[in-house]
Amino acid sequence: MEHRHLDPVVSRSGRLAGAGAVVRRRLLVAVPVLAATSIGMFALGAASPVDPAKQYAGAAAFTASEENLAQLRANWGVDDPLPVQYLRWIGNLVQGDLGWSTSRHEPVAAVLAARAGWTLLLIGVTLALVLVASLLLGALAAYRRGGLFDRALRTAAYAVESMPVFWLGLAAIAVFALALGWLPAGGLTDVTATSTSWADVAHHLILPVGVLAVSQAPWFVLFVRDAVAESLRDDHVLAARARGLPGRTVLFGHALRTALLPFLTLVGTHLPELVGGAVLVETVFSLPGLGAVTVAAALGSDFPLLAAITLVTTAVVLAANLATDLAYAAADPRVRLDG
Amino acid sequence: MRPTFRRLVASTAAAGMLVLAGCSAPATPDGTSGSATLVVATSDEPDALNPVLNYGVDGASLIFDGLVTRDDDNRLVAGLATALPELSRDGRTVTAKLRDGVQFHDGTALTAQDVVFTYQAVLDPTVDSTLRSDLDMVESVTAPDAATVVFRLRYPYAPFLQRLTLGIVPAKLLSGQDINTAGFNRKPIGTGPYRVESWTPGDRLVLTANESYFGGRPKNNRVVVAFVADDNVRAQRMRAGEFDAAELPPKLASGFDADATYRVQRVPTADYRGVMLPTGNPVLADPAVRRALNLGVDRAAMVSGLLGGAGEPAFGPIPPTSEFADPSIVGKPTADPTAAGALLDAAGWTPGPGGVRVKDGRPARFTLMYPASDTLRKDLALAVTADAKKIGIEVTPAGLTWDAIDPRMKSDALLMGYGTPFDPDFVSYKLFGSRFAGQGYFNPGSYRSEVTDSALQEGRDQIDPALRKAAYAQFQKQLATDVPWLFLTYLRHTYVLKSSVRGVAPRVEAHEHGVANSIWWNIDTWTRS
Repeated sequence: MEHRHLDPVVSRSGRLAGAGAVVRRRLLVAVPVLAATSIGMFALGAASPVDPAKQYAGAAAFTASEENLAQLRANWGVDDPLPVQYLRWIGNLVQGDLGWSTSRHEPVAAVLAARAGWTLLLIGVTLALVLVASLLLGALAAYRRGGLFDRALRTAAYAVESMPVFWLGLAAIAVFALALGWLPAGGLTDVTATSTSWADVAHHLILPVGVLAVSQAPWFVLFVRDAVAESLRDDHVLAARARGLPGRTVLFGHALRTALLPFLTLVGTHLPELVGGAVLVETVFSLPGLGAVTVAAALGSDFPLLAAITLVTTAVVLAANLATDLAYAAADPRVRLDG
Repeated sequence: MRPTFRRLVASTAAAGMLVLAGCSAPATPDGTSGSATLVVATSDEPDALNPVLNYGVDGASLIFDGLVTRDDDNRLVAGLATALPELSRDGRTVTAKLRDGVQFHDGTALTAQDVVFTYQAVLDPTVDSTLRSDLDMVESVTAPDAATVVFRLRYPYAPFLQRLTLGIVPAKLLSGQDINTAGFNRKPIGTGPYRVESWTPGDRLVLTANESYFGGRPKNNRVVVAFVADDNVRAQRMRAGEFDAAELPPKLASGFDADATYRVQRVPTADYRGVMLPTGNPVLADPAVRRALNLGVDRAAMVSGLLGGAGEPAFGPIPPTSEFADPSIVGKPTADPTAAGALLDAAGWTPGPGGVRVKDGRPARFTLMYPASDTLRKDLALAVTADAKKIGIEVTPAGLTWDAIDPRMKSDALLMGYGTPFDPDFVSYKLFGSRFAGQGYFNPGSYRSEVTDSALQEGRDQIDPALRKAAYAQFQKQLATDVPWLFLTYLRHTYVLKSSVRGVAPRVEAHEHGVANSIWWNIDTWTRS
């Protein structure tokens, strides 16, 4: 949204002048945060009573001899003292080796490479959809506060909020895949497809993205609606209205814009909930994302994989916070990054 | 400021178009000839597609072949070997002759060296294979010539041929490599009816027919194994018509019973559930208590109520479908609390306060552990608790993790599951042999009986099938007398198939079933009508 008439003093490039310094400073902070997170992961691993050898063996754990299991543990070095394991892991990490996943039986980097993309795609598309829809719907509801649309939207939002994602997913499959037959019930591509085409993947992602978006939307919609309703009573909005500007301009150019600021901050904090929802949606629609492997890694004491996933997640959250702050600075002329 | 709003509408519409574009191009299944591609669904995804690392070790792995294989009745027949190999009279040497002209999927010829390599890889301590415990009798594997393999055993082992179902891997592609991390584990080369086209972990495994399979070209071109971990989701997708066959829990499968487009198969297994009664527990150490419990549990109610009919009452570790099952080992499927009470009365356990029997000041109570994440075992534990209460024995069920269960197995009862349809020696030798008392999961309750020990040893040493049968009959009778375990039920694995699928031949299954050893063990002969 461009509203140059609103920022006559400081140009956009001027407002983001300190961005480079902020990025550098955040990167410096990120290193100790990531180190602390990974140490925490290993400490949790040491405290876990789960034997990775038995987890790896599965049902064979009941027929394998203790000597056999001990050999497996020795092969992996999981009985070494914690600091030894941690230093070994850090040493490999520095060389670009994320380690070996005992639960997936392949390099951690390969697990992430094969799966992180699908989870990011699911979350990214959903987030974009939710943001656009909630800004539009929330603002419209606030504009006609108390009207039929507002009441219907709020009722729907509260109803959806009370439905578990899992249930919502199964219900969507029952309606759109089984009863109507419009969309596939799960999977990334058609089960008999010979290759992964984008059209096929898009077709299969409509339901999962839709379900995740609908389950996450209420919180965003209600927040935008309340914030816009609030800012419609602000002096500058009333002044704009008094100057005779059209309603649409007042709503999207003035009221929504003011309401956007706290919203930006809260999108960042809401991200973990979106990730949690994505894990469940991946399960319901049998998508090969990070969700299922994370659960398996946690149950199987697969610490190399867990540590890598934690590191990636932490890095994403730090990056999201940074992006939010930069967006905040871009949206609000009063916020200065170089301060 | 109109452009802002308009742009928003325009971009939303564009996004919508994009989504619709996705809809309008549905992938068309290549189903012109009707049976070109078969799709099956399971929850169990293998870690690695390598027999050395435990993939499909009991045969029917679709991608690999063993020296021997099994027919519809689980009887051993020749696989890569020209004929069923024979065990020498002393039970310590097996010589196998290889079929001529068998090729791996990459076109190279199978030789005895590949067989030697496969077995040596399993025995190599640096290889992460739990199969090693099952092959600890192997002293050496050698190849005197390119078509002959000789196994030399440390001790006589009658059922050794049953271990030769292990799939053979090509030595050339794996020797000198770290087998634990080899790329082969993801994209394997075998001799089996199907070659691996692609494997998307967490999604599906695509197999294509091996045109030059020695057992005859498969009757279908492709098999897709979809991995769908959640039971409800698998049932929904089965109903949406995506799969030709899917493994489902009994209760979900019965939802398809009324629909003529589907067929529900309830396949008998050797997979039993029972309560391990440790001799280290002061109450359970009394044989009278164990026998009374054996009479007091209502197995018929468990089968109909908890398994939805998909099971059989169990009275011993050898399934009724096995040729070694002794016909005398049958009990009443329903509970007999009167007889159980009489037994306890005679042993001096008299009714005490709160309906709990007492002997010498000790109340008849014990703890029954079960793995908390296993709902079936939880249900069975609660059923045992309720049945025991009726005969004056107080059971405290406790749902725990395996790590919490392990240290308590010597003194607290545990709901366990085991069983194999292949040979009675496989599990029972370690589970009931006194040599393994207190060794992890082998004989956790420290059951000791000289009669059982010698019967189990006899079954392992004797090559003559008649002598083996007699030994296992004695073993089963001794267990029925001592009751070291309270056997409850055999499970049935339930599958839903499309009625149009032809060629399905269920056989008695082991506990483990996934890509290998499921109802689709012979999918290369399946067609669609």
